[in-house]
Amino acid sequence: MGITFRNETFRNDFTFRNSPEHIRRFPFPFHEDSYMYAVNIEPHVVGPKGSVLENLIDVDEHYVAEMQDRALVLAEDPLRCQSLPHMTLAGWDLLELLMEQQALGYPEHFTLTRDGDRWRWINRPLGIDDSFTFGDVSTLPYGPMEYITRQSQGDFCILDQRDGNLWMDAGMVTTQADWSLDFDIGMNFFEWHAPVPLAHEKGIFVRALKFLTNIQQGKPARRLNWTMTINPRLDTSPENYHKWGPDRTTVTPENVGDKVHLRVELQSFWRLPRSNGIVFPIRCYLIKMDELVTQPKWARRLHRVIRDLPEELANYKGLTRYRATLVEWLSKLDDGSPTSPGFGPD
Amino acid sequence: MSTGTTKLDVVVSDVVPVNELVTRFHFRRRDGQLLPTFSGGAHVVVEMRDGERTRLNPYSLMGSPLDTREYTISVRRDDVGRGGSLFMHRHVRPGMEMVISYPVNLFSLDLRARKHLMLAGGIGITPFMAQTAQLAAEGGNFELHYTCRTASLGTYADVLRERYDRRVRLYHDDRDERIELDRLLSSQPLGTHLYVCGPSGMIGWVCDRAAALGWPAETVHFEHFAAPQPGAPFDVTLAVSGKTIRVGEQQSLLEAIEAAGVDPPYLCRGGVCGQCETNVIAHDGKFIHNDHWLSEQEHRSCKKIMPCVSRFEGGSLVLER
Repeated sequence: MGITFRNETFRNDFTFRNSPEHIRRFPFPFHEDSYMYAVNIEPHVVGPKGSVLENLIDVDEHYVAEMQDRALVLAEDPLRCQSLPHMTLAGWDLLELLMEQQALGYPEHFTLTRDGDRWRWINRPLGIDDSFTFGDVSTLPYGPMEYITRQSQGDFCILDQRDGNLWMDAGMVTTQADWSLDFDIGMNFFEWHAPVPLAHEKGIFVRALKFLTNIQQGKPARRLNWTMTINPRLDTSPENYHKWGPDRTTVTPENVGDKVHLRVELQSFWRLPRSNGIVFPIRCYLIKMDELVTQPKWARRLHRVIRDLPEELANYKGLTRYRATLVEWLSKLDDGSPTSPGFGPD
Repeated sequence: MSTGTTKLDVVVSDVVPVNELVTRFHFRRRDGQLLPTFSGGAHVVVEMRDGERTRLNPYSLMGSPLDTREYTISVRRDDVGRGGSLFMHRHVRPGMEMVISYPVNLFSLDLRARKHLMLAGGIGITPFMAQTAQLAAEGGNFELHYTCRTASLGTYADVLRERYDRRVRLYHDDRDERIELDRLLSSQPLGTHLYVCGPSGMIGWVCDRAAALGWPAETVHFEHFAAPQPGAPFDVTLAVSGKTIRVGEQQSLLEAIEAAGVDPPYLCRGGVCGQCETNVIAHDGKFIHNDHWLSEQEHRSCKKIMPCVSRFEGGSLVLER
C-alpha cells in the first residue's frame, strides 16, 4: 500500500490540492466557536488511526512535492538553513529522531539499518540510499541537520538550552508564516517572540518557557497554531514578502474558496538526548476554503471564529485586507445552528 | 497516570564494590533492548521498594553516553541519611528487577565552551565520568580537578588518570593538598566554562570565588536537582464529589484525586498549562505552591491550588472538586 504522493506545486500555477481523505484528516485547530491565545500544550502521543497524529512524525501525500519546493527555496537562499558551530551534535540527534520515526511509521517508504555507528538510510520516495558513519560529518553530503531536514516535512528549529532559556541556534526554515531564521538565529525565547501581540501581557511566554525547558526525554509535547495564507504557498517568508504580500489584495468574493487557505502548524517539542537541546518541528498543513467547507461543522465554526477575532490578532495574522470578504463568504455557509464539541468533522 | 518522566523496567546486571564507601550498580533493560541515549551530566531516578515505602533517589549516570547497553551509577553509603543509599548497598543484588526513570539532564555541558574546567569533590565525580567520556570522544578540551579525602576514597581516580593522564589533577585532604582555586580561575583562556559538583560547601566556595574573580554567571555551572515533589501526607475533602482522600508522601494531590475515581481535566501535569486549577473552599493550614501557573498574589490568597504539583500542610483542606 503506502502513500500515493501527489505531483503538485506551491508556487506559480499552485496545483496543490488535498485528496478527500486528507481533507478529513486536516488538523482543524478550533475546538470551540471562538479563539484566543492559551498555553494549549499537551503530551505528543500517538492519536487515532487516519489522523495526522497516527505517527509522531507525520508523512503525507504532499511529501515529495514539499521536498522539491524546499530544494528550490534553498537553491535561491541558502541562509534558510543555518547551524551555529556548537549545534552539530544536536543535528545528529535530530537525524536519529527523524530517521527512526519515519522508518517506524512508514516502513514501506523508509528503512534505517544500524550496525554500531555504521548506518544505512533508504528513502524510496526521494530515491536515496546512503551509507554513512553516525557522528562523522564527512560521510554525508550535507551536515546532519540539513541532510535529514531536506527529507522531512515541516520546518525545524533546534534550540540550545542554557542559562534557563532557549536559544535558536540552528534550523531549517523554508515553510514559515512570515518569520525569518536568518533574523532570529542566536536569539533567545523572549527575543524571538517579541513581535507577538497580547500574549506577553498574559504572561504566556514566561509559562511556556518554563514548560519547554522542563520537557523530558521520551515525553514530547505539542500544540497547534494557525494563520491564513493566500494561495497555497509554503514559503511565506519575510525575505520573499514582495512575492506573496501582494496576494492579499487579490481576494474577491468570487475567488475566496480557491485562494484563501487556512494554514495550521502542528508544533511539537522534543528533548534531544546527546546535546540536551530541544527540537521544535513546525509542520505546516494547508487547506483551501473550498476544501474546508466540505465539512459543514468546520464552515460554521470558522465563520464565527474569523468574524469575532480580536482586531490585534487579525492584524498580526495579516487577515485585515480580506477579512470582510472572507467573513461574508463564510456567513452564507453558517445557518446559526450549534457546532458539536471537539476539533473533528461531524 | 503519573507525573515526571517515562519509566524504564530494568534488571540489575552487576553490583561492584568500588571502595569502603562506594558501590557501583549496573542496569540493563529487561526486554534486552538498548537504553535511551543520554547526555553527560544526566541523572536517573531509581525507585526503591523498601517494605511499605517507595524511595525515589536521583543518581548521575556515569557510563559513556556512547554505550547504551547498560547504565551505571555509583552510590556512596550514607549511614545517617534518609535510607536510600543504605537500601541500595544492603538489598540490591544482581538479577533484581527495578524501575528507573528516563535520563534527565540538569547539569548539561555548554557546547559553546572553548574549554571545560571541571571541579569535583568526593562522590561528585560521577557526572564528570560521563561528561569526560563524551568530550573525549569528540576531541573536546577539558581539565578535571578532583578532591577526595584519601587516595583509597578517590573513587575512579585511577581510571580517570589512566584514561586522561595529565588532564586530571588529584588532591587528597589527608595530604593537605588543596585546589589553588584563585590561581586556577585566574589563568583560564577566554571562553572557558566552569563546572562544579561536590558537597554544597564546595559548590558555594567555587561559585563565590568565580563571581569575585569576574566569571560571568552564564559560564559557571553546578549540579542542583529539582526540588523534590514528595512531601508529608495530608487529608483533603472533595466537596463536589463528596469524598475524603489522603494524599500519600510520594503521591501528588492530582494523583490522589484520580485514585479516588474523580477525573479532573489536565494537560501538562507540570504546573504550567492551568487545566487542573482548583478552587479552595476552606482550609486550615499552609499551602506549598510549586506551580508556575498561578500568580504570587493568587498563591498568597489561598483561594486556588494546582493539584498536579502543589501540596498542603495542616489540619483540613476542602476543595471544589
